[in-house]
Amino acid sequence: MRMSASAALHKGSSVLDLLYTPFSEFEFIQRALVGVIAIALGGGPIGVFLMLRRMSLTGDAMAHAILPGAAIGYLLAGLSLPAMTIGGLAAGVVVAMAAGLVSRFTSLKEDASLAAFYLLSLALGVTIVSLRGSNVDLLHVLFGTVLALDDNTLLLLASISTLTVLALAVLYRPLVLECVDPIFLRSVSRAGTPTHLIFLGLVVMNLVGGFHALGTLLAVGMMMLPATAARFWTSDITMMMIVSILIGIVSGIAGLLLSFHAELPAGPAIILSAGVVYVASLLIGREGGVLWLAWPGRHLEA
Amino acid sequence: MPKPSTAIGFDEVTLGYGRRPAVHHLDGDIPAGSLMAVVGPNGAGKSTLLKGIIGTLKPLEGHIRLNGPSSEIAYLPQAAEIDRSFPLSVYDLVAMGLWSRSGLFGGIAAKDRTKVEEALAAVGLIGFERRPISTLSGGQMQRALFARLLLQDAPVILLDEPFTAIDAKTTADLLDLVRRWHDESRTVVAVLHDLDMVRRVFPETLLIAREPVAWGETLDVLSAENLLKARRMVEAHDPHAHVCQRGAA
Repeated sequence: MRMSASAALHKGSSVLDLLYTPFSEFEFIQRALVGVIAIALGGGPIGVFLMLRRMSLTGDAMAHAILPGAAIGYLLAGLSLPAMTIGGLAAGVVVAMAAGLVSRFTSLKEDASLAAFYLLSLALGVTIVSLRGSNVDLLHVLFGTVLALDDNTLLLLASISTLTVLALAVLYRPLVLECVDPIFLRSVSRAGTPTHLIFLGLVVMNLVGGFHALGTLLAVGMMMLPATAARFWTSDITMMMIVSILIGIVSGIAGLLLSFHAELPAGPAIILSAGVVYVASLLIGREGGVLWLAWPGRHLEA
Repeated sequence: MPKPSTAIGFDEVTLGYGRRPAVHHLDGDIPAGSLMAVVGPNGAGKSTLLKGIIGTLKPLEGHIRLNGPSSEIAYLPQAAEIDRSFPLSVYDLVAMGLWSRSGLFGGIAAKDRTKVEEALAAVGLIGFERRPISTLSGGQMQRALFARLLLQDAPVILLDEPFTAIDAKTTADLLDLVRRWHDESRTVVAVLHDLDMVRRVFPETLLIAREPVAWGETLDVLSAENLLKARRMVEAHDPHAHVCQRGAA
């Protein structure tokens, strides 16, 4: 269906049509667009905080950690939204809390304990899915189905991003303070540990949301790529979050168009688009981009 | 004459990591309004003592008494413990000092903005408001952190090596603030290495070397004999120490 639709569109149409018509004509593309906007809204700011807290790889590890939970949900109920969501949330929360507590109360650092947890989770998750499903199901779990989002999934994604934005607004100060000067935070308030745990909870929620659209392996891409790209454009945290959301949305639109016209799988196309923005930002970004470092211009007077 | 009240009291306090004590059997009171230096060789347990007072480290034994909640203590950690690469402006860093009073979720009113401006002026950082903290020199960063302490407006102020790697002018300016806090009857406890400065500015001193060596008037405490003793005590660290029997009976 997709091939004939895009072939029909390609006959005698302007550039504007190519950019606009997929979104105006095809409901599954509209749904995918709504889905990626919701994911960008929540995932961008979460990614910024993951990056600033030097937890970029933690996000990746946690994305793998939700897999066995989602897989058990799948084993019990097939490709069911509630079962896989609850399973993924439960597994993600357990691993995040376990890794967080291990790093706080033992000498093992969080990255080390997460690395152990996520390798186990990935192996376990793939094994569980294979117990029952076909390779198609395995692909669904690993790479998502952004072009087949139903109403309930969209509602879930929208709820997650709403909750995320509200929670970040409330937790903003302790989150920032815990990054810059955790000792000061501990000396003025006991909010440090609960803030950290709630933040990890938000990370898991957004990963589970992203998981439905992009799969476990790519969900973290909509968090980290827009956030790291945004770091090259501004040094203000609020602006960084806004820029990361915009980059996420633009990558989503570009990825969907790429997928539609070039017959590429949509999830990877979206992440690749975000990757292109990241590399471009890395090269030309005003805040420490490679080109500005190589040719900084004449120095100032003072 | 009423007895001066105690700001911080120690009852046979032992602080440490795991089972190994860093500060051993400290007993005594710091009266409210004291201006006290904590000196001792590296590894003597000075920073550990401050962490015990603010409560981030629980005593292995004994008890630390505070005259009020621990949020009444303003604490300046060692410079190395702050992430300077974090994208944050000087103004935002200094304004954090308000949070200990307004809470982490309270708003910042117009009069609070005036207070931030006044604190920046007091440390000579007017014009630096929008500068990212990553661009500050060591001395400027320390000025900003002192401005944050000013805003915390706490009756007890703990400073961990506040003048390490800081130039003479900045040190003099910041010492003026320390004197001002003393004149305002706040309790100030500072970990220091510059013994000349301690003799000049701090009337009271605690000399520790994993356990208290001497505590009292600075000129008495900093005798050649005590300093030598402190150095020997730190060097005498025993990797095969036995379980401490003091206070166990």
